[in-house]
Amino acid sequence: MRKIGIPEIEDIATGAALLGAGGGGDPYVGKLVAMGAVRDCGPVTLLDPEEVPDDALVVPIAMMGAPTVLAEKAIGGREYQQLYDMVSRFFGKKIHAFMPIEAGGVNSMLPIAAAARLGLPLVDVDGMGRAFPELQMVTFTIGDISATPMALTDEKGNSVIFETITNKWTEELARAVTMSCGGSVSVSLYPMSGAQMKQYGVRGIVTRSQQLGAAIRTVKTAQDPEGHFLEFTGGYKLFKGKIADVLRETRAGFNFGRVLLEGIGACKGRTAAVEFQNENLTAEVDGNIVATVPDLICLVDTETFSPVTTDALKYGKRVLVVGLKCFEMWRCPAGIELVGPRYFGVDTDYIPLEERYKEVCQHV
Amino acid sequence: MYKLGIDVGGTNTDAVLIDENRNVIADIKCPTSGDIYDGILAALRTVLSVSGVDKRQIRQAMLGTTQCTNAIVERRNLAPIGILRLGAPATLGIPPMVDWSDDIRQICAGSAVIGGGFEYDGKELAPFDREAARAFFLEMKEKGVQSIAISSVFSTVRSDHEAEAAALCREVMGEDVHISVSSEIGSMGLIERENATILNAALWKVAQRFTEGFAQSLADEGITNAAVYLSQNDGTLMTMEHARRYPILTVACGPTNSIRGASYLSHLHNAIVIDVGGTTTDFGVIQNGFPRESSVAVTIGGVRTNFRMPDVVSIGLGGGSIVRLRPDGTVTVGPDSVGYEITKKALVFGGDVLTATDIAVRLGMYQLGDPSRVSHISEELARKALAAMRAMVEDAIDSMKVSSADMDVIRVGGGSIILPEQLAGAAQVIKPEHFGCANAIGSAISKVSGTFEQLINYDELPRDKALEQAKAQAVDLAVAAGAIRDTVEIIEAEDVPLAYYPGHTNRVKIKAAGDLAN
Repeated sequence: MRKIGIPEIEDIATGAALLGAGGGGDPYVGKLVAMGAVRDCGPVTLLDPEEVPDDALVVPIAMMGAPTVLAEKAIGGREYQQLYDMVSRFFGKKIHAFMPIEAGGVNSMLPIAAAARLGLPLVDVDGMGRAFPELQMVTFTIGDISATPMALTDEKGNSVIFETITNKWTEELARAVTMSCGGSVSVSLYPMSGAQMKQYGVRGIVTRSQQLGAAIRTVKTAQDPEGHFLEFTGGYKLFKGKIADVLRETRAGFNFGRVLLEGIGACKGRTAAVEFQNENLTAEVDGNIVATVPDLICLVDTETFSPVTTDALKYGKRVLVVGLKCFEMWRCPAGIELVGPRYFGVDTDYIPLEERYKEVCQHV
Repeated sequence: MYKLGIDVGGTNTDAVLIDENRNVIADIKCPTSGDIYDGILAALRTVLSVSGVDKRQIRQAMLGTTQCTNAIVERRNLAPIGILRLGAPATLGIPPMVDWSDDIRQICAGSAVIGGGFEYDGKELAPFDREAARAFFLEMKEKGVQSIAISSVFSTVRSDHEAEAAALCREVMGEDVHISVSSEIGSMGLIERENATILNAALWKVAQRFTEGFAQSLADEGITNAAVYLSQNDGTLMTMEHARRYPILTVACGPTNSIRGASYLSHLHNAIVIDVGGTTTDFGVIQNGFPRESSVAVTIGGVRTNFRMPDVVSIGLGGGSIVRLRPDGTVTVGPDSVGYEITKKALVFGGDVLTATDIAVRLGMYQLGDPSRVSHISEELARKALAAMRAMVEDAIDSMKVSSADMDVIRVGGGSIILPEQLAGAAQVIKPEHFGCANAIGSAISKVSGTFEQLINYDELPRDKALEQAKAQAVDLAVAAGAIRDTVEIIEAEDVPLAYYPGHTNRVKIKAAGDLAN
């Protein structure tokens, strides 16, 4: 158990944006929502998963919709009380604690705001250990935990809670509500018991985000910032280059695209490409795949080492492409089926990052 | 007819005169004064006497200044303001100024978040709460506040509520109140736009001082036939009236002007520009005649905004950089510098500090001061120092490039004499005439522009048509700002698809710019 205040929020936001692997939104607005709540209501208590009773009701909080809409409408602040009331009423039981569903600039922050505003603790756990584009892409799906009852509310006070027959339907209904409500809503989904959270959750993710954020904040003071960055992230350097082109396309409400890189520094003369669907899916160097989902492919600024989201990819930007190992549970067959390369239409087997790196990338 | 360009920097005030064919007639430098008036006056007198130009023939006068930037960074002369946001019940989770540091938060005399604003598609988010707005304006009036920042959710899509609030503000607080409206200042992203609007509101006194100082110095020198303009961040101009209302738009005009001036002087539209000062060197890129913009949000004095700013990399190398021989035989240059004291401290000027300028003189790259005072320096040391400078500059050049192909490099600024004639990664290194006053020249040749930005659903309006319409609107905006229609070009076009929408909603942003009508 420890407290999360304003300085911790800064670091968690940066670290979570890195773990967003290109998605998860710009941490700026999310950070302000959390800061606003903590300024109003005081610091948040962060619980280790082991500190949560097995029969306690634990509820993830997130937002659904376009980060660009969130950047305009932000959060009203009363959404969390509404979600709390709906979910508690549904179960006839009080919510014990909130938790994040994913690591990413936005959704790592909103549960902190919710916890602060309602005076509830936050659990140091999530359901991805990174960000993914679709609702069913959580470790809880592997554990057969339902996404519903899912509660949604907009900043105006409109709210709905529903149950569905499949997570596909959940996604469909949630999207329709999101659109009607103006493009962004606050949600709670995958309500679960403390026992389920402990069995399937990605533990320590808030703390890991904070450590990564703190390290990025101070990386410039290191003798060899790049080496230091790779060391503290446990990252594999896949490529370093300048963005030569960004191809974007919207299909079925997702941002698809491909960013082409021309090598700089030791990678001079080589090329790389990163495919994305909100989050980065695959990285290729000179035509060879060097990393795929569910491992994390992160682009960071070569000077500041701050994460670059797929929304911010822009011609001429200089980036370091880094691979990070995903949460172990994603590497089991059920995990690969859910979030492996083939699910995203990439015709390749999943080979763990460290093995691909050994084969192709060690000369970088 | 002549154009007058003035650049008020931290150390020097530069002035240039160019004729209607854009030939540089004269360029001079004077020290900047505490109140910018005396420095400008001195610069005007000098440039007029050097050129012998008839003052009545000066038809356009342009000023570039960092006064606003300095005021924000130094928290100086900022006026107390009221902050009104239309967006409740949305946005209440983020109060205005939530992440500002305490020393600058004090400028806020009061703030309110009230009903109003729109959804992304232009639907009303909440009705404009007129009564709450009136109450807030009355409160601000009682407190003696003279400047109000108004922002609203999705005002980049629809600005009706902001306009209504501004009209009401005038009604309640009187015609003299200064009103800053977010839709006219920033782009998408409420908080960054609101931040920029707040800064703008707080700058009205600073703006009043420098616009009046400039107008007064022109009048006092008898330059009365000139239309007067200010340079903005993006290399385009605004009128004095506009500058008084939107002073925040001047904050990055310094590097922009120097990049554009360098491009003009060298006749290159695509190149890397190296501006060497006394302490630092700025690297920028000119792309199709305009400075390449930064892709990251720009922070001014700790406040995040979403302005368009030039993409500039600075390194600690300048004419006054201190050169040191280490015990292991290596030589370092900078990042510390003797700065403006170079004319006292550098060896060639009779001082006792070995500087980058001394190295250039020792190696015969430039004639300056007393060369005999550096003849004792060993050629080996001088060569090592030059190699160190070369490595710093070549690294920075490489980091600015978007491909491995060699690019033209233009070097400008008073300190640029320390750079070698040849640089790796450069197709050619050009040192244009009048290189010392590139920024004043950039100011004199600024264009006028118009920017169009909106969310458009390509299912309702096909992409080709949408872009065509958006471009036409941007061109109209540029012409409205004073551009000659025939010269207006689209200088930036961007459409970004928005996730999670059915259909194909895109954020479309088009910028057009053209030459200023004579």
